[in-house]
Amino acid sequence: MSESITVDVFNHLVGLAALELAPDQADYLRTQLNHQLKVIDELKAIPLDENVPINLHGVPYEKSSSALPREDIHKPFPDPRSILAQSPQVDDGYIIVPDIPHTTLK
Amino acid sequence: MELCDLSALELTQLLRQKKTSAVEILQAAVQRIGSVDGRSGALDAGALSEEDKQKVHAFITLTDDRALEHAQKIDQQLARGEDPGPLAGVPFSVKDIFCVSGTPSTAASRILANFKSPYTATAVARMEAAGALMVGKVNLDEFTHGSSNESSAFQPSPRNPWDTSRVPGGSSGGSAASVAAGEVPLSLGTDTAGSIRQPAAFCGVVGVKPTYGRVSRYGLIAFASSLDCPGPVARTVSDAAAMLQVISGADEHDATSAPTPAPDYLSTIENGVKGMRIGLSPDYFKITYPDPKTGELLIQPLPVEIEKSVREAAEKLAALGAEIVEDVPMPNTRFGIPAYFVISRVETASNLHRFDGVKYGLRTAAPTADLTRMYRQSRNEGFGLQPKLRILMGMYVSAAQYSEEYYKRALRVRTLIRQDFEAVYDPNGKYRLDALLTPTTPTTAFAMEAIYGNSVLMQYADQLTVAANHAGVPGISLPGGLDESGLPIGIQLLGTDFCEDKLFRIGRAYEHATENEVWRQIKPQVLR
Repeated sequence: MSESITVDVFNHLVGLAALELAPDQADYLRTQLNHQLKVIDELKAIPLDENVPINLHGVPYEKSSSALPREDIHKPFPDPRSILAQSPQVDDGYIIVPDIPHTTLK
Repeated sequence: MELCDLSALELTQLLRQKKTSAVEILQAAVQRIGSVDGRSGALDAGALSEEDKQKVHAFITLTDDRALEHAQKIDQQLARGEDPGPLAGVPFSVKDIFCVSGTPSTAASRILANFKSPYTATAVARMEAAGALMVGKVNLDEFTHGSSNESSAFQPSPRNPWDTSRVPGGSSGGSAASVAAGEVPLSLGTDTAGSIRQPAAFCGVVGVKPTYGRVSRYGLIAFASSLDCPGPVARTVSDAAAMLQVISGADEHDATSAPTPAPDYLSTIENGVKGMRIGLSPDYFKITYPDPKTGELLIQPLPVEIEKSVREAAEKLAALGAEIVEDVPMPNTRFGIPAYFVISRVETASNLHRFDGVKYGLRTAAPTADLTRMYRQSRNEGFGLQPKLRILMGMYVSAAQYSEEYYKRALRVRTLIRQDFEAVYDPNGKYRLDALLTPTTPTTAFAMEAIYGNSVLMQYADQLTVAANHAGVPGISLPGGLDESGLPIGIQLLGTDFCEDKLFRIGRAYEHATENEVWRQIKPQVLR
């Protein structure tokens, strides 16, 4: 089977996905991705008229079945401390993270 | 018969007649869980014992204390002559993909194992407001990514109550297993490609995927936002209808929830099927699957027993006055899985980027030089293989150079799938259907470990259910008999937008017509 997702392409995807993979995981995942791509390639053979629009959510959003946008009013969460408490590292109400790497934009 | 074997509506009736109490009902459920469920799912659970292999393992977290407190309040309300709500005293389980304040909300993933939600999902809040008792959070495929429940990071994963060497289906396998085993009469699940209907079929229970927008997704940890639908799992059609009544409706926290009012389902559920037009499509009587060696897609007829169940159901409905319309074309059904492989992956890659070890969830304990390394290590340690696979595919098919070829094309194929349904439901068209009658699954429950790892074959377990998710239309899976191994067969009804009431009517008529059949009297293995 030809492999569209080569090792180089795969490694690029891993970076985009913010992952780091052990070699055995990488092998399994790349193999499965190529298997899946073979199925996905079936889509290419479907004759599609130029006028066929994209469909983002199945059921059409008509006025009768769509919620009106809610008013843009600030509603404070009743217990913000319970949200902060979920963070792995907090100090004095601030979430702590490791150093943020700086890059110089060209 | 024990209290936990009664339907939700029977329980509410007994409660209102003061023949039992909410606390007694809860005790029966807790006792049943104690006898059939075995140890709850946990991280790093170790090897399975022989006893583990005989148990259901539906639950990750039990919330007996919360349920007991609630049950006591309901009994007090009843004693004061107050109305405690339409589902008062009915135990239910919640797929652990819903946030519930104060409980672990894990998505069956290591990355959220320590997460306690600060708020409650709308569907759960509505169930509790209706008096239902949440007895616990049930297992699922990690982030709902699977069709067997085996991908959960919390092991032992659920097993099928009809044969514990088989999978319960997925991703709402814990929901379906908990209902089938009589642990609860109702469960809240989610359906993205068939994740309620497929496990319902495998476990011999009723599963409903409502119309997209019928039930709020607020508080549901998202997999694929344009496809995810919360819905009921129950043992009877009427129970499923009563539950959908409670959880449906607009929600200011979810802009995609529809303000379309839900009719009173129970007031019409016994109206029968006379005059209804129900279609059978040849496109649902063949199955596609990839050759394990070559990956070549093969097409073959549906297993005989499954086709027979659907055709017998059609005959029964015809005898009740429905008009059965044969040869209904649904030609784009076969593209449901390829399109799903693209659309769901793009959406999940986006949704799962929020898990980064900063705001909540797992952060790696390893020393990391900077934020980027911390992200990568945390996500690598926290996500299992199935989420990683979906994120990577989502990255690939949505990349700028491939987006036109894959993502945008899949969204246009989705239009074709939707048009198939619009054509056959068109009241002025050739077919003018009220519903389609199809099999739910291409097979009955498969053996544990038989497919897990083959991500393509596993996805094809959803080939008869996924089209409804693309199109947004409602669907219901009903128990339709047992195969020669004694495993449940599911039959499916697919309807028009926001017309779940028609599906309930047809489902109830079929349920009534088959209530004395031998297979209806047979109990799951764990209850024999």
